[in-house]
Amino acid sequence: MTPATRRWVFLVAGAGLAAFYLWGLTGLPGFGSYPGPYGPTILRLAVAQTHATGVVSAVNFEYRGFDTVGEEFILFAAAAGISVVLRHLRGERDRSAVDEAADRDVPATSGAVRMVALLLAGPVIVAGWWLASHAQANPSGGFQGGVVIATAFVLLYLAGEFLVFKRVSPVALVEVVEAVGAAGFVATGLTAVLLGMPYLKNFLPLGQYPGAVSSSGTIALISFFVGLEVAAAFILIVGELLEQTLLVRREDT
Amino acid sequence: MIALAAAHTPYTVPVVMMDVLQVTILVLVAAGATGVVLTRQPVRQVVALSVYGLLLAVLFLAFQAPDVTLSELTVGAVALPAILLLALAKMRKREE
Repeated sequence: MTPATRRWVFLVAGAGLAAFYLWGLTGLPGFGSYPGPYGPTILRLAVAQTHATGVVSAVNFEYRGFDTVGEEFILFAAAAGISVVLRHLRGERDRSAVDEAADRDVPATSGAVRMVALLLAGPVIVAGWWLASHAQANPSGGFQGGVVIATAFVLLYLAGEFLVFKRVSPVALVEVVEAVGAAGFVATGLTAVLLGMPYLKNFLPLGQYPGAVSSSGTIALISFFVGLEVAAAFILIVGELLEQTLLVRREDT
Repeated sequence: MIALAAAHTPYTVPVVMMDVLQVTILVLVAAGATGVVLTRQPVRQVVALSVYGLLLAVLFLAFQAPDVTLSELTVGAVALPAILLLALAKMRKREE
């Protein structure tokens, strides 16, 4: 096929695609319109049923809690996969004794970066904890809170050395925390089954005031477990990657 | 037709009423995405991707989805670029 023919084929196909695309666009519902019955129903019932004013959390951790179990185990499997894959590489690398980038100087971390990172680490952990423990009251949740907590550990790495990061987050401990988080979610669901209710049914007292930290029963509990799992998973992933990238060089030189 | 839809569903926002903020942020997101694609140097592309994640987070906020905003902030603007940077550092080391 000559370039000219090819161009013609593309132009015809492209024009056809554009025509069908624009035709499809004309049939779209209006901007922001939502024809389904599910959303309005949830909005009407959720706060009274769950005592969670963070209705998104009520959906994530109760109405569609089973989906969230699956999502959490996606992250769990990803962290496990990264550990396994990178662990294998670690064995290979031990054989090469020379630093592959010996000629390039690694600039030392400046005092300003260390200072800011150290100052931020504490508040970031508090912010993450707040997000993970207020899923029932605000737009937040264990997932966001967990990632924020994990970034505090990355800040510690920025403020110090990789060894500091390793010392405050030993792999064995992080793995246990991750497992406890993941298992806690599943166990909360199974407890409901043991009590003769459907899996993940909210079996705890809902609390007096919708939106209070102590309200919403299992929603707050599950958000806490998800926070543990996600924080540990991200610390594990970042730790493994940092070890791959940085510690090797230090060992080799 | 838009008015008809508005009468039936209480959550409909007619296109004409759409916030200036929403239009602005949509344009910014489109520009940001194009910027990420046009950036050819990987490390700079990761930084552009991080800025794009931040823009997306603002977009979700402007469209009243604060939960998604938080997820996008933590994952799109922080976690994903950090992991990509680490991967790039590892690859560069191997090349040298």
